[in-house]
Amino acid sequence: MPQEHIEEYLEAIYDIAGREGTAKTTEIAERLKNAPASVTEVFQRMKQKGLVRYESHKGVSLTGKGYKAAIKMKRKHRLLEVFLDKMLHLPSDKVHEQACKMEHTLTDETETALCKTLKGPTECPHGSPIPPCNLEVKNCQECFSEQNLTLEKRDKDIIAITALKHGEKAKIVFVRGGGGVMQRLCDLGLTNGTTISLLREAPMNGPVEICVRGCKLVIGRGIAEKIFVQKT
Amino acid sequence: MKVDLVVALAGNANVGKSSIFNQLTGLGQIIGNWPGKTVEKAEGVLLHHGKHIKIIDLPGIYSLSTYSQEEIVSREYIALEHPDVVVNVVDATSLERNLFFTLQLLEMGTPLVIALNLVDVAKKKGITINEIKLQRLLNAPVVPTIATKGIGVHEIVDAAIEQAAKRSSASKSTIRYGPEIETRIEKLERVLTGVNIGYPLRWTAIKLLEGDSDIVNKVGEKHPDVIVAANILAGEISEIHKEPCSTVISSERYAVAARIVKEVQTFKESEKPSMGELFDELSMHSVWGYVLMFTTMLSILMFMSFFGGWLSEIVRNLFESVNPHMTGFLPDLLWNGGVVGFYATLSVALGFILPFYLILGVLEDSGYLPKIAYLMDRPCHTIGLHGKACIPLLLAFGCNVPACVGCRIMETKRDRFIAIFLSTLVPCSARTVVILGLVGAYVGVQWALLLYIIDFILIFLIGRILNRFLPGKSVGIIMEMPPYRLPSGKVVVKQAWNRFKPFLMTALPLIILGSIIIEAMRITEILYLVSNALSPITVVWLGLPAFTGFLFIFGILRKEAALVLLMTAAGTVDIRSAMSPVQMIVFALVIMIYVPCVATIAALVRETGWKKAGLITLTEVGLAIFIGGIAFRLLNVFM
Repeated sequence: MPQEHIEEYLEAIYDIAGREGTAKTTEIAERLKNAPASVTEVFQRMKQKGLVRYESHKGVSLTGKGYKAAIKMKRKHRLLEVFLDKMLHLPSDKVHEQACKMEHTLTDETETALCKTLKGPTECPHGSPIPPCNLEVKNCQECFSEQNLTLEKRDKDIIAITALKHGEKAKIVFVRGGGGVMQRLCDLGLTNGTTISLLREAPMNGPVEICVRGCKLVIGRGIAEKIFVQKT
Repeated sequence: MKVDLVVALAGNANVGKSSIFNQLTGLGQIIGNWPGKTVEKAEGVLLHHGKHIKIIDLPGIYSLSTYSQEEIVSREYIALEHPDVVVNVVDATSLERNLFFTLQLLEMGTPLVIALNLVDVAKKKGITINEIKLQRLLNAPVVPTIATKGIGVHEIVDAAIEQAAKRSSASKSTIRYGPEIETRIEKLERVLTGVNIGYPLRWTAIKLLEGDSDIVNKVGEKHPDVIVAANILAGEISEIHKEPCSTVISSERYAVAARIVKEVQTFKESEKPSMGELFDELSMHSVWGYVLMFTTMLSILMFMSFFGGWLSEIVRNLFESVNPHMTGFLPDLLWNGGVVGFYATLSVALGFILPFYLILGVLEDSGYLPKIAYLMDRPCHTIGLHGKACIPLLLAFGCNVPACVGCRIMETKRDRFIAIFLSTLVPCSARTVVILGLVGAYVGVQWALLLYIIDFILIFLIGRILNRFLPGKSVGIIMEMPPYRLPSGKVVVKQAWNRFKPFLMTALPLIILGSIIIEAMRITEILYLVSNALSPITVVWLGLPAFTGFLFIFGILRKEAALVLLMTAAGTVDIRSAMSPVQMIVFALVIMIYVPCVATIAALVRETGWKKAGLITLTEVGLAIFIGGIAFRLLNVFM
């Protein structure tokens, strides 16, 4: 089975089930327009590779490894969408399809170069967030400012604070974006390495309330999605 | 008057600066439990042991790398006006974050006194702070205070006087960065000698390394070479740390703050959650939070409607019972003009305006307003704002003027303009008087409610349109969440009185004068000439009695005047005999939207400039006439 095929499956599972949820075989079959029987077969193979957890009556969910691979594809896909839209000015209804074909051949090196050229976009043209890179950087400025940067890959599982569960604690490793907002977060005590905890979030993608250095702060979803942490 | 000493109060938002200011000066700065109340600096003078001491209350500021407009006010004042002493008010319950700013003040070399406020709240939370150790570490006097009770406030002044006396020996900054940063600060200081922009040298150097846009512009104007040098040095620092220089410096400051806290603070966590935390849980809940919010708002409106109507009735009956029923030009002028004007104003003031200010005071002082900002953040995005905008919008229910000024808490120009525009559409207490006193009292509460709903829809639509056509994007909310506290009765009453006083001082005489003028014009029939000129709009398009034309003009001065003068102009206290229910609704609707009052227009000009103020005013006049005419036609079908 071609790698490309598996990557499409990973993305589909991620779209339907997210990080921790479960997707039904029929849902995946419908989305990829494949017969349920062949879908099950692919699941078995993905399971062997350690990408998913699969039980026929429960459905399929991503393992840590599978999740990493899935968001990597999402990142490539959405970066390509931005590229096709912003730089090549392709009609916006065409970019998704084209990006779908290109994403599988994109090397990691090209991915980083693309992200730099596009000045670290945070959203695809349709408004979905672009997952952060897995390079050992503390923020985007560092990446932009240096010419021949050879960055090591980070081997940490980093997530946005919006992905934390209520009451969970985590350490800030990376703040995306720049300028005034980043400086303000820093001034309010959200410096790299600081432990924060997520207190609650408002419904329908509303803001989050976090606790940092003994103070409670409310942070809008758009900003919170750019603060990445590592669970402690 | 000769001033012996200038003392400025500075510190993070919502730590009690204005409370200390009020305690010291006896003035009535608006206080409350939410960040961003004070957006302008205030001054007062205190006579302390025979010395005249000028106290300056500054808006809250988290960092000298300013973010919103009110912070710039504070920074400019501290950096450029050189107060003799800065009293840094520090919240003892979140020492680390507060010390971050203290360290920056030390860096500037300002003579400093630390007011360690809220020590009572900290104690309840299990936090104890060793003041003597803190004093030694910061090399500045530390005074524990409980501002709301006035404890420690005079000791602050004593310490300030003492500190000012030894100003010459003001200690050098205690915060030292890592050697790789220090050497570069020194290098830049050498480059900077001879460059004077009014700020201290070391501080300017640090700010340049941080790339503070304001300072870069100020220095760059005359000395572009210094900027080049600063950029190279900053580049070297970020090379070493793999982080932008500004965040490196912030992180180091926080490291110092954390170290100090570790040395001076002991913390015993209590096991059971406090009442405030339980209430947090409820009022910020995904479902119950919203239920609570809507119930609160609706009950306030209902209460105001019934209580106001009831009290107005009592006042009116009281005065009607002593009506001498004299006829003739002068008695008519004095009674119908003067006395009716007086008691009608009194009844709306006591019935609607004062109660509302009391309720607003409770909301403000309890700390509920920031919770609304949290709950409404997501909905606010649909009109291009973020949750913080809810606070000025809610204040606008009291009066649009402070709301417009309060919009300075919005970070971008665009957000501020939208928030200001929408604030002027919020029915303030004066408009509430017209809506509840006319429609609520004579047509029915449900119709008054409908008017509010129409207004909210209008606000939503205008917000959508502005969001669509104004370039840019909202930055998103970043706000501190203060804990709940029990509102203090004394503060609430005092605050309501401070807000109510200007109404008595300016509105009352104005409305009585207006009543007399209208009565005179009615007797001499000039009123009809004016009203007839406006009748194509008032009578033909809006279907209102002709005499309302003049009221709309007078209503620009004071909107509640429109209701009071309505009685005078109609020549009767019983409005029902002069207007039909439909006419009352249309009248109230037009008054609600048609134009901000003079005071608000003045505030608009000050906050946004002539052009935008004119745009807002004209748009609202057009909308009011348009919607009023449509409503008249629609209502005639149903009623």
